[in-house]
Amino acid sequence: MNEITSTRHNHLIDPSLQIWNWEIPVYLFLGGMVAGMMLIAGYFLFKGRENEENCSCFYLPYISFVLLSLGMLALFLDLEHKLYVWRLYTTFEISSAMSWGSWILVLVYPMLIVNILLKPPAAVVEKFPILNKPKEYFFSNPMRIKSFGVLTMFFGAGIGLYTGVLLSSLGARPLWSSSILWMLFLVSGLSGAAAFVHVIAKNVYERELLAKADNAFLIIELFVIALFIVGLKTATEVQASAADLLLTGDYAASFWVFVIGLGIVIPFIIQILAVNHKIKHTPIAPLMVILGGLVLRFVIVSAGQFSHWFRTY
Amino acid sequence: MARYGMVIDTLKCVGCQDCVIACEAENSVPEGFCRDWITTEAKGTFPTIQMEIRTERCNHCTDAPCVSACPTGASHYHDIGGVVLVNHDECIGCKACIASCPYDARFVHPEGYVDKCTFCIHRVEKGQDPACVSVCPTYCMTFGDFDDPGSEVNKLLNSRRYHSLLPEAGTKPNIYYLT
Ligand code: SF4
Ligand code: SF4
Repeated sequence: MNEITSTRHNHLIDPSLQIWNWEIPVYLFLGGMVAGMMLIAGYFLFKGRENEENCSCFYLPYISFVLLSLGMLALFLDLEHKLYVWRLYTTFEISSAMSWGSWILVLVYPMLIVNILLKPPAAVVEKFPILNKPKEYFFSNPMRIKSFGVLTMFFGAGIGLYTGVLLSSLGARPLWSSSILWMLFLVSGLSGAAAFVHVIAKNVYERELLAKADNAFLIIELFVIALFIVGLKTATEVQASAADLLLTGDYAASFWVFVIGLGIVIPFIIQILAVNHKIKHTPIAPLMVILGGLVLRFVIVSAGQFSHWFRTY
Repeated sequence: MARYGMVIDTLKCVGCQDCVIACEAENSVPEGFCRDWITTEAKGTFPTIQMEIRTERCNHCTDAPCVSACPTGASHYHDIGGVVLVNHDECIGCKACIASCPYDARFVHPEGYVDKCTFCIHRVEKGQDPACVSVCPTYCMTFGDFDDPGSEVNKLLNSRRYHSLLPEAGTKPNIYYLT
């Protein structure tokens, strides 16, 4: 027997951490979606699809801009000392993932704006002809636009990676002490974004391509989840019992039903049938993938706070 | 460089909570929160049970993950004794430090910034002991400098068996418990 009792009763700390509610999972989810969309848009630019009239690389930056801003709003709402938020930008703390993240976001916004200016709205260009300059610059040389596509992908990967590293850098929570959490969030962001673009893409080629890509991402995601769990199970005792929280513990129902079942396996089967023209493409499977990605963030953030060094469950 | 810390004799601590009350009064800790607390740990199988009562607080770790996680530099090592402090005017309340502390020693102050034990740095700067140390009726706590080989805290560690909390977390805590 090893029984520990404590007189501590701090709000949001005891009996288990509850410092992060819906805001952080939503922020991580939206960050992942933006990461995925930037990777997809960047890839299309790299592939020279900017000459296609209805290429999704032209409207994804708008959507990314809105989603990223909503994510930042969620992050802001989570801060307890909101008036001091500007303090993030008076310093750069090299060891802090959150500091890296805030600066990456500052760089991502101009990146998205340049992406938007690759096809600026006609009415705006009429008023401000100077806004046509980036388009002229990039379109005058295919290598330029290709390189810009790579840069967009690079920043997309940066955000995706950061959303995972943010949690795993907080080593005090055994569930997050995994070196592949970033990969899980990146792949999940990619599968969510591919599902979303698949639904809204106007271009038939892109729609088909993304449905297939999404299936590949879902398989990779399943594989990364397996690695994540095996990694924890074979690490320290506290990490192994943190993994049990997902496998058999308090979070097992949401993990198995919503993340694995409804979020990955079933939409995968539906999409395989649709890609092989056995059933029609509907938005149902992509929607399930997107919601699965959201629930994944909720489960990881919540179960991670519940996991603890002192306790096994 | 000094490295401040505490040595706490668990054979003397009776869990009276005087240290908790003293801290709350000295530091105007808001109601419902505490910067230090009493932990009771029972190990073994009846009748061979071993019990340890100890007073706990922020360990003012030498490799403090709360400091590395802080995006604004609000959490920092103080020039005096490496004491880990939070600058209230720089803290945005992101709670990364709370999530990174394996001891759960921090909390969000109702005014929005993150708060925790300061080793009563305002008293230490005047040459006094932290409030908890000075009120303990069993004199179980000793505050001092681990970098001074002749200090009382080092003498105690050289003369008794001791342990720290969660050394496996790798934070190099600066509070030791005599057993
Ligand atoms: S005990 Fe926690 S709050 Fe205190 S210095 Fe160590 S990690 Fe930071
Ligand atoms: S809550 Fe305050 S002290 Fe803690 S990491 Fe954020 S800014 Fe730093």
